[in-house]
Amino acid sequence: MRTERPFTLVDAAKLGLYGGIAAVLISLVGMVDAFAKKDIIAGVVSMSQVLLGAMAFTPALFAATRALRNGGKGGALAAGAVAGAVAALLVALLALSIAPLNLRAIFVNATPKLVNELLPVGSEGLMGATILVVAGIVVGLLAALLTWLPATLRRSTLISLGAVTLIALLKDVFSVIIPTDVGRFVYKSNGLSVEGAVVLFITILVIAYLWQILQPRLNRAVDRMPESRRRVLSFVATVGLLALLFALPVLLGSYLSEVADLVGFYIVMALGLNVVVGFAGLLDLGYVAFFAIGAYTMAVLTTPELPLVRSFIPQLSFWAALPISVLMALLAGVFLGVPVLKTRGDYLAIITLGFGEIIRLLVLSDALKPVMGGAQGVTGIARPEGFGMRADSPQEFYYLILISILIAWFVTSRLKKSRLGRAWMAIREDEDVAAAMSINLVGYKLAAFATGATLAGLSGAFFGSKLGSMVPASFNVLVSINVLAVLIVGGMGSLPGVVVGAIALIGLPELLREFNEFRWWVYGAVLVMMMLYRPEGLWPDATRERELLEDKEPNVIDEDPTGLAEDATVPT
Amino acid sequence: MFSNLRRKYDFTDYILWFIGATLLVAILYGSYVTLSSGKYTTEQWLNFIVFGLAQGGIYALIALGYTMVYGILGMINFAHGEFFMFGTFGAFFVAEALAISGFLESNPLLSIIIMLAAAMSVSAMVAMLSERIAYRPLRRAPRLVPLITAIGVSYFLQYTARGFFGSGVEAFPNVPALAGSIAVGPITMQRSQIAVFAATGILLLLLWLIVSKTKIGRAIRAVAEDKDAAALMGVDVDRTISITFALGGIMAGAAGVMYGLVFRQVAFYMGFVPGLKAFTAAVLGGIGNLAGAVLGGLILGVIESVGPSLFLDGIGIPSPHQLKDGIAFTVLVLILIFRPSGILGERLSKRA
Repeated sequence: MRTERPFTLVDAAKLGLYGGIAAVLISLVGMVDAFAKKDIIAGVVSMSQVLLGAMAFTPALFAATRALRNGGKGGALAAGAVAGAVAALLVALLALSIAPLNLRAIFVNATPKLVNELLPVGSEGLMGATILVVAGIVVGLLAALLTWLPATLRRSTLISLGAVTLIALLKDVFSVIIPTDVGRFVYKSNGLSVEGAVVLFITILVIAYLWQILQPRLNRAVDRMPESRRRVLSFVATVGLLALLFALPVLLGSYLSEVADLVGFYIVMALGLNVVVGFAGLLDLGYVAFFAIGAYTMAVLTTPELPLVRSFIPQLSFWAALPISVLMALLAGVFLGVPVLKTRGDYLAIITLGFGEIIRLLVLSDALKPVMGGAQGVTGIARPEGFGMRADSPQEFYYLILISILIAWFVTSRLKKSRLGRAWMAIREDEDVAAAMSINLVGYKLAAFATGATLAGLSGAFFGSKLGSMVPASFNVLVSINVLAVLIVGGMGSLPGVVVGAIALIGLPELLREFNEFRWWVYGAVLVMMMLYRPEGLWPDATRERELLEDKEPNVIDEDPTGLAEDATVPT
Repeated sequence: MFSNLRRKYDFTDYILWFIGATLLVAILYGSYVTLSSGKYTTEQWLNFIVFGLAQGGIYALIALGYTMVYGILGMINFAHGEFFMFGTFGAFFVAEALAISGFLESNPLLSIIIMLAAAMSVSAMVAMLSERIAYRPLRRAPRLVPLITAIGVSYFLQYTARGFFGSGVEAFPNVPALAGSIAVGPITMQRSQIAVFAATGILLLLLWLIVSKTKIGRAIRAVAEDKDAAALMGVDVDRTISITFALGGIMAGAAGVMYGLVFRQVAFYMGFVPGLKAFTAAVLGGIGNLAGAVLGGLILGVIESVGPSLFLDGIGIPSPHQLKDGIAFTVLVLILIFRPSGILGERLSKRA
């Protein structure tokens, strides 16, 4: 590392510039316009204002923190103000140039409406731009003032700000869960009420502050406990968590259970992909194929349609078709695994992607229409029945999905600690060394592939049954990318990470419907940011974290930069 | 090195050869039935081939970027198809302006050159920015990290274009000078196809000159061979990699103009499938090898255009053209399994 040179105002301006560019991007992509209708505090601040403000606040905060080190408190203020001003200036320039340059001819979102949303309420033209820059400076100064506070208090403030925003955004969720009286106080028809926002902010601030002080003590107390007491404690915690999970649909109601179901499908799938990518290090981009195979087997076996198939196989019930669906996915995993596993690294990723696309095209084609239903898909898929009940509502489905998550969790967590799991991790670290340690590469890789495929098939079978009808469009490559993103955000190889990732990437966008349109855009950015700044994920696996941090140094594990030396040519 | 260890797993090889043999028999049988039934005339076959070559030329231009980046960084730049897409949009907006002003009709050649310049600069800029922001910090990261980053970049760019330019499919302006067709012997060729052949040929020649004759080209080859040694010899590695991305972007931008002229449409998602196919082309020819990328592109284009009628029609598969992409992906899978070094790969690996 170079020795750190003093942080100057030019650096602050540069940070502000990045913030400004980000703000211009979110404006032109259409996010500002889409979020303008959503209020955070009713009638005071809208979501798009918060978003734009964050683009000035964040660089100012970074700039001030760094300036504080060599410029003192005054330096921090100056740096914050400069960063905020530059970020706001860029937004102001965008607002002023939209009409004269006729940017709308190229950017569909560069509308007069956007200009109104970018400039402060009730202002226009140069005057508006000036107010905007002043607002940027104020935001920058506020961020700088924050850096004056002691670290604990600063962190609590930031956590509280974020939490209040999230609570405002998730109004639909919270107003279902919390008592009506509280809800009426906190929320207005659109966003938080002013009093509600203030009370929430202070409450969360206090809780976050206390938590930061108490947490180390609590940790120490738990550490000092005798082993037996600690085990009792973790048992109680597990039981409590399970009880909560089983009570959830009652609390959540129909719509939120629907979202929980979707998150559940992805958790099962991601637990499966976690075995393939996280444990064994095989990047599978065609994972959706196994999901599709599970879903389609369920569909084809239980639908009353498709006369050709019915003339061979009688129509089955859900429970009869479930093991067959899972078995089909497993077999497909083995069959596709054999050719795929001859390649490695990047080639494996591409070849699986190719397979996924081939399967999708086959399902979509007229050639297989009598068996698969072609582009119209299949309808009338059976629902789970038994004990005189039929799982129709999302709440009832929730329990089935929860059980499959628990099974998947149990299986993969046991596998991870088994001989098989250790072999997978050895393969992930270095195939050649693993082979030299007499690990049967093909066998173990196939096992990983088959395990992943089985879980995807399980998820797919439930998915098919839940939907009741199926079209090939549900199985494109985006699903594979989605699952991969869940893994990466959560932390590859980490089981709790999978759950965190699925809630953040699948649940949140479902709940923030305005956000849904930008989900892939944000996913792309999130993938890149995670890889650049936090490759170990939000809830990292301990081994994996160590390995990634080691690799920041010139890399010792992978000397062969192409990784294909054995299979392919060394590039020119 | 571990070939003796591999011997133990012969059953996988048997399965692979079984799959290969089945496919080969199906292809030969299908071709035999189609050809003996005389369903298509010789002219139709020639037209299929010409169309395939034009499409293959576009694949070849995109594949060059894949191959150069792979050659220099050993990384699959998943987002390369998106550079191509941005280039097409660049050309589209210029072409629209030119069409409205009437310049496109009065000065077609100059218009196309302006379109090329616009597309190339947009693509090159996007490529260089992506490299600078997303890939450069990850030079020494573990293998999967840059690939996942590239997937992220790909989605980010794709949906940025969706947000910027809208989610619909736009019609590329008609260039009147390129409408209609010319008969060359028994083949009727679209004028736009001829333009694609000419432009592709010129660009390939230029790229070859740059890579093999100029100082920058020598730097690129040196960095591809050994980054650290090249740095010791005074080559600015970061700058060279940036230039490589720019060159790849330029070729992708040119491909974007060709695509616009031939297929006459632009959409935000248009980069993904051609990108994947261009990657197939690059692997088919031998990744890291410039001539291989061109050869692979042309071969893939022809296989794709001839294949559905030749192989699938004969076996009796209804509406075989739906499976056109399926054929390309099957080629990809087969090449990666049976000959990952590609057609021109081996000679190079001996030299290196």
